[in-house]
Amino acid sequence: MPGDERALEIDRVSKYYGHFPALRDIQLKIEAGSTLALLGRNGAGKTTLLRILAGLSKPSEGTVRVGGSDVREEKTRRRIGVLGHGISLYDELSAIENLKIFATLYGYADPGKRAGEWLERVGLDRVRDGLVREFSRGMRQRLAVARAFLHDPEILLFDEPFTALDDRAIAVLQGLLNGAHSAGRTIIMSTHQLREALVLATHVALIQRGQLAYTGERTQEMLDDPAYLYRTYGEN
Amino acid sequence: MGKTSVGSFLSSTVAIASKDLRSEFRTKEALNASFAFSVVILVLFSFAFDPSSEQLQTISGGLLWVVFSFAGALILNRSFARELQNDCLDALISSPAPTGALFLGKAIANFVLLMIVELASLGVFALFYDSRFGAQLLPIALVIALGTWGITVIGTMFSALTVNLRMREMMLPTLVYPLLIPALMAAMTLTTDLMSGTPIGKDNTIWLRVLIGFDFIYSILSVVFIDVVLVG
Repeated sequence: MPGDERALEIDRVSKYYGHFPALRDIQLKIEAGSTLALLGRNGAGKTTLLRILAGLSKPSEGTVRVGGSDVREEKTRRRIGVLGHGISLYDELSAIENLKIFATLYGYADPGKRAGEWLERVGLDRVRDGLVREFSRGMRQRLAVARAFLHDPEILLFDEPFTALDDRAIAVLQGLLNGAHSAGRTIIMSTHQLREALVLATHVALIQRGQLAYTGERTQEMLDDPAYLYRTYGEN
Repeated sequence: MGKTSVGSFLSSTVAIASKDLRSEFRTKEALNASFAFSVVILVLFSFAFDPSSEQLQTISGGLLWVVFSFAGALILNRSFARELQNDCLDALISSPAPTGALFLGKAIANFVLLMIVELASLGVFALFYDSRFGAQLLPIALVIALGTWGITVIGTMFSALTVNLRMREMMLPTLVYPLLIPALMAAMTLTTDLMSGTPIGKDNTIWLRVLIGFDFIYSILSVVFIDVVLVG
């Protein structure tokens, strides 16, 4: 539950690409069970921060601890589920083959069973042997959501989760996010879709030019007027 | 869940290797390009030399390994590049699978693919060059396997290193071939000896040691440093 434990601690994290500072001195503590909406304009540094939290990139300065452990430790990676811009699925493989690979990598003794369960949950069990390259965009997105949730992660990192999803995929994702929140999972999502994000969020962080401009609980004021945050704390 | 770390390492390695092989056997992109290249080179050279001459035996090792190493580049270029589609590499790196297992799985898949091309090329070589290497088949198979592993392990490592470069198709061979010189020299010398009927013995054991040492050292280094290459 929120307040019981720090799920993530970001301590003075900076990231430079050459001399360009993509992130500068980010300091943030995210409580277990909270849902953080990571807001900011294009190029603000949201994706860079999420990649560092997911262990896909190392910060130039500072540290990230997940439940007190380094993010690149094997046990830590097991606790994190990531859904980035890409669907992270192999076009030449079938739906069941894709999920089985990841179930194997996450150490399931019966990866086929786990993969089958998730295909059923996202409504793709009837096309389990179909190749991903033959799937519609919506089906691919639902399969990507299944891959991210496959190992029941404690921390979910989503980069623009609602972008380009069809209605059914949005419904599946919202249902899974609500379920994850109810089960005390920690969710961090970067998004431009303010309204959808703020409805789900318990906390909000605004990043501007690589720096944290605002962090705090999501308020009713933000729900009533999603642009409030940008107007109050953002740049013109 | 609940597998031991060794079991997890092995199952991850097998999962990655079988995934890469299955993907390649369905598209055959790299296999077809690599085999076509090998056949063209072997056929062209067969017109340049008299197939029955002694000169041919002295260049057979060199010719075969030039073909194998260039054909290998076509397969190795695809190895990590196939993970860029749909950002699959991110999902692999963020999974708890050890990066060493990801590397080994990919290296094994590349090894199998390159061996397939090489065996088919050997058939073409035997046909066009009137070559009879049946008496030394096992030692030749050993040398080819060791040489191929050397190409594979270095190539897979540099495929990871160059995966995000725009000119990776050009960069991979540029970086890989200079490093491969000791392994290729050893494999060429041994193959030439075996093709001309000289068994592995006192005079050429040193090259076998070079080949085994090369494979061992670069395999260990690659497994140890692949995490730095992939994550930074």
